[in-house]
Amino acid sequence: MSSLSNNADAMTSREILTLLESVADPEIPALSVIDLGIVRGVVVRPEGVEVSVAPTYTGCPATEVIERMIAAKLERNGIRKVKIKRVLSPPWTTAWLSDSGRRKLKAYGIAPPEGSAGKRSLLTPELRVHCPRCSTDRTTRVSEFGSTPCKASYKCDECLEPFEYFKCL
Amino acid sequence: MNKDEALLEYVLRLGDNALVLGQRLSELVTRGPELEEELANANFALDYIGQARLFYSYAGELEGKGRSEDDFAFLRDGNEFRNVLLVEQPNGHFGDAIVRQFLFESFYALQLEALARCSARRVAEIAARAVKEIHYHLRHASQWLVRLGDGTDESHSRVQRSLDDQWRFTGELFAGDEVDEVFEREWDGPRLVELEQNWNEKLDTVLAEATLARPTVQWMDGGGRRGRHTEHFGYLIAEMQFLQRAYPGARW
Repeated sequence: MSSLSNNADAMTSREILTLLESVADPEIPALSVIDLGIVRGVVVRPEGVEVSVAPTYTGCPATEVIERMIAAKLERNGIRKVKIKRVLSPPWTTAWLSDSGRRKLKAYGIAPPEGSAGKRSLLTPELRVHCPRCSTDRTTRVSEFGSTPCKASYKCDECLEPFEYFKCL
Repeated sequence: MNKDEALLEYVLRLGDNALVLGQRLSELVTRGPELEEELANANFALDYIGQARLFYSYAGELEGKGRSEDDFAFLRDGNEFRNVLLVEQPNGHFGDAIVRQFLFESFYALQLEALARCSARRVAEIAARAVKEIHYHLRHASQWLVRLGDGTDESHSRVQRSLDDQWRFTGELFAGDEVDEVFEREWDGPRLVELEQNWNEKLDTVLAEATLARPTVQWMDGGGRRGRHTEHFGYLIAEMQFLQRAYPGARW
């Protein structure tokens, strides 16, 4: 196809997804946008590339930064026309985190979400959360809230280290 | 009122409730009595402002006059805001703020659950995302209400007073008008009678656990959804809109 004579423009959506594995979440740099499960699709058309991205939380300040980082990454790799499409449905939940993402979170010192997102009754306590360092479930919740909307603060009763828990929503 | 007008009005009301409550919660930033509450309020405010942005962007598209989310937030006058009176009430003391959050969020969670099933697609999508956040908020507000109500004599009597004081703003949550009727009919929107019934059940459960008495006040305030606000509202938007009014078009 003559319109795709430029090598970069001829990248397949699979290659673009691979490229996006190196775009890190600005707030949790251990995770890529692919691990996080917010990239919902890549469509390559002669007139440009469209990447669908789902916001994690409606008010997540990182959303716009992430969108700009994705566009910049593709542009640096020779894709001239990048369009970011924000998709709301189906909504992002922690179930979208990839298995490798969960492993990377734990290695980074953040306990990955346990169980699946669900509507728990109003007054039910959180599930047991495992310490990302020593793996015990003898942990105590310090605060349901943390440095970003997606995290809660915990401490380990075994190794005594404080840690963050990527909460299940 | 035709279908399109009702949809726009409905979406603006959702946006205004979210923005105004988000602004109130932002006022608490740096005032939290402890770190957990500080973080909680900042996170809640962020959620609300994020939700307001989604509703306003959609309202701008529906209206088709090129108004942006910022135009809706910063360049409308008080009587153009359609939020319910409850969300504009001042933060007061900690118990006042918790009661306001509990009364509104126990309603809003039910409203969003119903909206997530309605046939206005974009509204349903936003609601499906937002409701996950509000359930988290509501758990927090409920736990505090129980802790304060079933706490010391002092905390009990103060939070009971907060509840009695703000009770008169709850009627407006369920007082439907033409916009609600059209929205319910055309898009299978929330049935307010059902919402109210479910809300009452939820409320009674938590109040019982908190050992608080359901207020007996009969008279209900209202008018916010038609742009008639309480005396606190002018101060709120004066602060919220100052920058864009003084320096039109200012950006980060």
